[in-house]
Amino acid sequence: MSEITLAVKGLRKRIGKKEIIKGLNFELKRGEVFGFLGPNGAGKTTTIRMLVGLIRPTAGTIEIGGYDVQRNFTKAMSHMGCIVENPELYPYLTGWENLQHFAGMLPGVTNAHMEEVVKLVRLHERIHDHLKTYSLGMRQRLGIAQALLGKPKVLILDEPTNGLDPMGIREMRNFIRYLAEEEGLTVLVSSHLLSEIQLMCDRVAIISQGSIIKVDAVKSLLALQERVVWRAEPLARAKEVLSGFTQVHNAQDGTLVTSYSDSETPLWNKAMVEQGILVKEMNRKLPALEDLFLELTGGESVV
Amino acid sequence: MYSLVRNELLKIVRKKRILVVAGIIAILVGMFTYAQWKELDRRLERFGDVDWRTTLQQQIIDAQNRITSSGISDEWKSQLQLRIQQQQYYLDHNVNPVEPGAPTFMRTFADHSITLFLPLMVMVVAADIVSSERSAGTIKLLLTRPVKRWKILMSKYLALLLSISIIVVLFGLLSYLISGIVFGYQGWSAPVIIGFSAEGIELNTNAVQLIPQWQYLLMEFSLVWFVALVVGSIAFMLSVLIKNTPAGMGVMLAALISGAILSNMVSSWESAKYLFMINLDLTAYLAGKAPPIEGMSLGFSLIVLTLWGLAALAVSFIVFTRQDIY
Repeated sequence: MSEITLAVKGLRKRIGKKEIIKGLNFELKRGEVFGFLGPNGAGKTTTIRMLVGLIRPTAGTIEIGGYDVQRNFTKAMSHMGCIVENPELYPYLTGWENLQHFAGMLPGVTNAHMEEVVKLVRLHERIHDHLKTYSLGMRQRLGIAQALLGKPKVLILDEPTNGLDPMGIREMRNFIRYLAEEEGLTVLVSSHLLSEIQLMCDRVAIISQGSIIKVDAVKSLLALQERVVWRAEPLARAKEVLSGFTQVHNAQDGTLVTSYSDSETPLWNKAMVEQGILVKEMNRKLPALEDLFLELTGGESVV
Repeated sequence: MYSLVRNELLKIVRKKRILVVAGIIAILVGMFTYAQWKELDRRLERFGDVDWRTTLQQQIIDAQNRITSSGISDEWKSQLQLRIQQQQYYLDHNVNPVEPGAPTFMRTFADHSITLFLPLMVMVVAADIVSSERSAGTIKLLLTRPVKRWKILMSKYLALLLSISIIVVLFGLLSYLISGIVFGYQGWSAPVIIGFSAEGIELNTNAVQLIPQWQYLLMEFSLVWFVALVVGSIAFMLSVLIKNTPAGMGVMLAALISGAILSNMVSSWESAKYLFMINLDLTAYLAGKAPPIEGMSLGFSLIVLTLWGLAALAVSFIVFTRQDIY
């Protein structure tokens, strides 16, 4: 089956007396985009900093490409590229010099490969300009180019769409999908924006207060919560009929919301029609992860 | 390692640090050259001619008058006595202590710069070499590459050593070239007296000898370079310890200035001689000036500075390799 590129076991971090990461376990496979979802302060950034070797874990192991980050730092890092928080590069160097700087820290990066990476992030026209003239989106792309220099197996991106405009966010999303699907990279993406994760990830770990609450495929998490929105007349009668089958909620805009089931829902519709109710609209709706998150965390606010 | 050091040097050069230092040195040298030229001019007016023997004799008489006048501390008196003996020696041996010329200017300028000016210039490069990576956040990329942390710090330190060496060379070169425009470039082989050592109030002239000025300059600049390296190492440590560059600079500046002030008033606080900033004035030993605290010698100061430098390095490496980066 698919190769495991990043494995985390029993990861803990204690600062002073406070345990901020309370035993995380997860595995990432080749070619998947894995979302790391949680509100600000849930421990996403701390976890990511432990993954990339910036913070020493109190307990637990992290393996990247089969190498332990603590014991075999150089080998583990050579399989990993990352951007932690913002793409902070040297503003007084050109884009190309920034890449050269980081290429110099890796074994055997050729100029041809650097040019290839620059083309991949579509910066080839501006690569010899000073970084201070770059827009945030361009910096983000250069940051990714930098992360890709060493041909990593795992790409770790902390809040990759932070501060980008809608156009930039879409580009970034497509690019991340491309890297996973075409280049076979494992991409770990953290975000507090649920819609982001929903759109680009295959699997997601929901993290809150230092623990993972749930790890699952985005699709199956969504399927759990799929709903149907009904618009029908008269409303009161429709509700009566539907209540005979399942739980019904009144939505504010004069619609009814029920759960969705592939086999059952058409029958409910049939019953309504037989009762002479006019069904004007049946809308299958994927829930936002917001709802899911609120349910799983018991209402902890998502910023 | 080679490419790491090249990276660090590239960053220092691109931040225009060396250029700034060269500019400051050039401006100061220009100012001091002008000041000294004015001074010579004034003397010329006052004495009609610039016979240094008359000047020297005048200085000796001045000093003697000051010793006999009341209201002068014993310490100051003994220092004056030492200086009179030294000047008498110059006179007896027909050696002009202030023979004008670019090498002489270099000598006195280095003499006056070793405790404060040059350490400041070193600080310009050293103070933010690590802390700027932290405040700009680039440290996160630097430390997540497949290179061990100690190697990254080592490459920074080597780049710093190289920059400091360049600064010292620039310092010598600029002061020679600029002052030479006014004073001429002669005087490399003018004899300089070396080997005075003060023992209490007595001037020990046993080891006194004349050496050509270039030899003296060589020794002087070696000491200047050594001081710059030690100051650089300490600033380097502060840059590792203190994330905020201005705060780190402030600490270093306070240490250097306190050293300059303390040197004039610590003769009774004996343990102060173990502070690095009291020991920076190494060239004073060459010139035979009395040390700020009795019992200090060139060897002593060299050892104290070496220990401080090594300790600073050790602290830098231990902290940097273990630190969590938030």
